[in-house]
Amino acid sequence: MKYINHTLRLFFFVVIVRPIVKLIIGLNFRNKPELPTEGPAIIVANHNSHLDTMVLMSLMPIRLLKHVQPVAAADYFLSNPIKAWFATKIIGILPIARQRQIDKVTGKPSDPLKDCKDALADNKILIFFPEGSRGDPESMTDFKFGIAKLASECPNIPVYPIYMHGLGKALPKGQFILVPFFCDVAFSAPLYFTENKQCFYEQLKITFEELKETVKAPAWD
Amino acid sequence: MLNFFTTSNPVVLIFSGIVAFLLAATTISRWLEVFSTGKDYTELNQRINSWWVMIAMFGFALWAGVNASIIFFGLISFLALKEYFSIIPTRKVDRRVLFWAYLSIPLQYYWASIGWYGMFIIFIPVYMLLFIPFRMVLMGETKNFLRAAGSIHWGLMITVFSISHLAFLLVLPNSVSSETTSAISENSLAGPGLILFTVLLTQFNDVAQYLWGKSFGKRKIIPHISPNKTWEGFIGGVVTTATIAALLAPLLTPLSHSLGLVAGLIIGVAGFIGDVTISALKRELGIKDTSALIPGHGGILDRLDSLTFTAPLFFHFVRYTAF
Repeated sequence: MKYINHTLRLFFFVVIVRPIVKLIIGLNFRNKPELPTEGPAIIVANHNSHLDTMVLMSLMPIRLLKHVQPVAAADYFLSNPIKAWFATKIIGILPIARQRQIDKVTGKPSDPLKDCKDALADNKILIFFPEGSRGDPESMTDFKFGIAKLASECPNIPVYPIYMHGLGKALPKGQFILVPFFCDVAFSAPLYFTENKQCFYEQLKITFEELKETVKAPAWD
Repeated sequence: MLNFFTTSNPVVLIFSGIVAFLLAATTISRWLEVFSTGKDYTELNQRINSWWVMIAMFGFALWAGVNASIIFFGLISFLALKEYFSIIPTRKVDRRVLFWAYLSIPLQYYWASIGWYGMFIIFIPVYMLLFIPFRMVLMGETKNFLRAAGSIHWGLMITVFSISHLAFLLVLPNSVSSETTSAISENSLAGPGLILFTVLLTQFNDVAQYLWGKSFGKRKIIPHISPNKTWEGFIGGVVTTATIAALLAPLLTPLSHSLGLVAGLIIGVAGFIGDVTISALKRELGIKDTSALIPGHGGILDRLDSLTFTAPLFFHFVRYTAF
């Protein structure tokens, strides 16, 4: 079963996702790509559409596919068995709880980032959407603090910020028809955790504001 | 299928000439990169590399036959329309309207492939003109209605209707009455020659106007839109293009030397107008390039700008005079 899922995953990304991303959507690199070449690493991106994950995974060479894991909300993606199979086995998500849960045995609150840290220890490349939800298309909401916590606990792991524009137009939340729009992508040199969490959080926000400036594209009218 | 191995075929001869020219350009720019210090030739090299890719794709499409060429130009229209919709302001409520706009591409190129001229020539100017606002009305949003209806249809006209004329050039020699066709096919001057003539001269005109302007440009022709364009570049380019067109026309098209000269004048002037029209669009939107699709050139609309005006004008000129 494991091999069947592996093969299906490879097939899904090579035969379906890449052609859609490269031809139907089309990527516009706004500057020189900065991408991890090996794990462990964290990719941080803004979130407008389900396509975000597909584009980010298509940016990476296919040999790294088995190492790439998008971090996603367990309550949304594990809501039914078919969705759960597709999300965990084909897309390869790392499900995490959005709310802090109380451990039934010890009675202490569990660490929602524990699985992320374990995956990074296993040399995975995690895709992280600090906005938490796709939200309104093409408008960025405030980042959650989890990414700063994760970086502070793994200070030697590079964090690659990637800004995307256009996918919220192509396939916004709640829509089913994909309408082709170019996707602008802007990269930044990797950030490393420095000093304290607040500092890192602010630095990440500033980086995204700068990346947003390099992409001159119209939002919805 | 076009036989590329008969050296007497003028399309093959001209195409070989282009390849030889590009080879020379590549050698010179590589040489410059190695031996000259101080100046950065990265963009020049990128531009030339992209020319190789474009020429290879264009050559392959012409070689692979009529249907492959039509699909090729359909894909170009798709990329151009996608680029256009990505740079202009669009309304969220019009997503489905844009989807229908994309669907007009396969239909328009299908009309071309079956040589149905009547449908080909009115489908986008009439039927899509009426259908788009109808579909928009169904969405029920009136804010910015006129701007959206106008800009969606304008994009279809420029990127789909105009470019699809190249596809119809391929079937033009077969879609007219048999008497004329026999005279034309004797000269083996079918569609690929007409397409090569249009595309080659349009691109040549861009380069010629640029070089004349760089060398002798003084008087600005349209400073508010393109500050680098000059009267000297414009006139020098048009005259050069018309001369080359007059020489090449009997080789590639059913036109005589004198009609070729007129065709060259049309391509020279219309190419300039197409170029500055897309420039005006970019200036309004505050962007330098329409995308980063073609390294060294910018977007596909940056490359096609002149062709969106020359393709329909040359098509109707040649259809009226020669068929």
